[in-house]
Amino acid sequence: MSKEYPGNPLNSKDFKKALKTKYVPTAEYAWSAGHAINRFLTGLKEGRILGIKCRSCERILVPPRAFCEECFISVDEWVELKDTGTVNTFAISYLDTMANRIKKPLLPAVIEIDGAGGNGFLHMLGEVDPKKIKIGMKVKAVWKPAKDRKGDITDIKYFKPARGGV
Amino acid sequence: MPRRVAMIGAGMTKFMRRANDTPKEMAFEASKMALDAAGLELKDIESVALGTAPDAFDGVHMKGEYLSDGAGSFLKPYTRSFVGGGTGVFTGAHGWWHIASGMFDTCLVVGEEKMSSAHPHPQGAFLTIFDNLIERNLGPNLVWIFALEMNRYMTKHNIKKEDIARVSVKNKGNALDHPCAQLGMKITVDDVLNSETLAWPVQRLDISPTSDGAAAFVLASEEVAKRVTDDPIWIEGVGWNVDTTIWTNRDLYYPKYVEYAARMAYKMAGIHNPPKDIDFAEPYDPFDYKELHHMEGLQLCRKGEAPILTREGVTARDGDLPTCPSGGALGVGNPIAATGVMKLCELYWQLRGEAGKRQIPKDLRTGVAQAWGDLMQVGTVVVMRR
Repeated sequence: MSKEYPGNPLNSKDFKKALKTKYVPTAEYAWSAGHAINRFLTGLKEGRILGIKCRSCERILVPPRAFCEECFISVDEWVELKDTGTVNTFAISYLDTMANRIKKPLLPAVIEIDGAGGNGFLHMLGEVDPKKIKIGMKVKAVWKPAKDRKGDITDIKYFKPARGGV
Repeated sequence: MPRRVAMIGAGMTKFMRRANDTPKEMAFEASKMALDAAGLELKDIESVALGTAPDAFDGVHMKGEYLSDGAGSFLKPYTRSFVGGGTGVFTGAHGWWHIASGMFDTCLVVGEEKMSSAHPHPQGAFLTIFDNLIERNLGPNLVWIFALEMNRYMTKHNIKKEDIARVSVKNKGNALDHPCAQLGMKITVDDVLNSETLAWPVQRLDISPTSDGAAAFVLASEEVAKRVTDDPIWIEGVGWNVDTTIWTNRDLYYPKYVEYAARMAYKMAGIHNPPKDIDFAEPYDPFDYKELHHMEGLQLCRKGEAPILTREGVTARDGDLPTCPSGGALGVGNPIAATGVMKLCELYWQLRGEAGKRQIPKDLRTGVAQAWGDLMQVGTVVVMRR
């Protein structure tokens, strides 16, 4: 192993002075939701959480997909699930989406939807003291008013502790 | 039957917060050092395998093609592989099959990443890993996935945060002995526990830095290896595996895909009892808990046991099963694809007894390196022996 290693670090002062070029990409996208998620999002607009059942492995798939990745067959047996579930895991985030520091934490969590055998999706927690959140806690969806829903994951505002407490 | 594949030379740049060098210049420096160490010239290289992360990090499209000259592939058979954070260690497999298949007798393998060009930080480039239909509108941050996984792992096994912090203390300490390290530091468990909370349970000192850097090695067939060196190090097992991107449908407490990748590599290497048959390891440690998570996936201990081994000093450089003797991603730095290549270089230097102040003070025969990536779903594993 030789003794001299290449590489020329720049501190932030030197970086300011260094010759450089800059570029800000403008790339905009619009994604069609596909067969399964289209129906899922339509369900959210109607205030319902929909899953889909694989007839082979009998798993309830939430978020739903057009095919079971394990059995590799098309799935089409839609099931309406409750809008309640269990906190599988959570975080208390003092970073916003662009990693800016924030005072009031965001509370992302994976919610296992009741009746889906442990399957669920990423969402947020609300109406809860961050210190009191526990894995295994029962939660219930808080929906936007019907007129404000547009077929988006944010049609559910967040999940709050079920039965009025933790 | 695959042919035997030897590593015969390794090189790397410093890992840096911000390099003046361009990605191509860094790839050149690491590649040149690896060739010099192997005693070969570019004309001796028959094929080149490169690993690097998504183009969005550098803001350079066709990054593989852009880097090709720096990776020594001018008018040569050349491919780029990418499996997220698992890319660096995967290049060990990527290069391996060039030789094992009998197609080539030599392969230069290069990993490069320059994360500082995404200015002031690459958060925006990371965010596009989240599902575009049902996750991105929630406004996720990359740290969330680690916080969610870490919390699940800690809760499932009732692990104390301080037992996770010990990994950061150990790896940043080990990195003090690495001449290329970006973040070698002597810190305490309390320093970690008192550092800024970013997304609980993740705190500032639980995380590896963003880095610029490159690393490279030369692989050769047995015939070439025995001609150019008395001390080849053999790649004896490679494995890789990927789980679904639907990460909310699996239990994050255990990386099954790492287990499957490890079992694939161990079967090839004839390893039946990993904790006994493996002398040291370079598990991927972009966050401190990930080293523990990966030790368990690598079958180096039982589920939930890695924090205990760490607390007892088993994974220290002078312990029975040293992990990240290099200083790892936490200490040396984490230029994604280059990090995994650095881990393979570390196995090489340790097995040859050339790791300098980092040298593990015991007889070494077998080491394993591992990396992990994307939406907590990719496992890549390489076993090396002297």
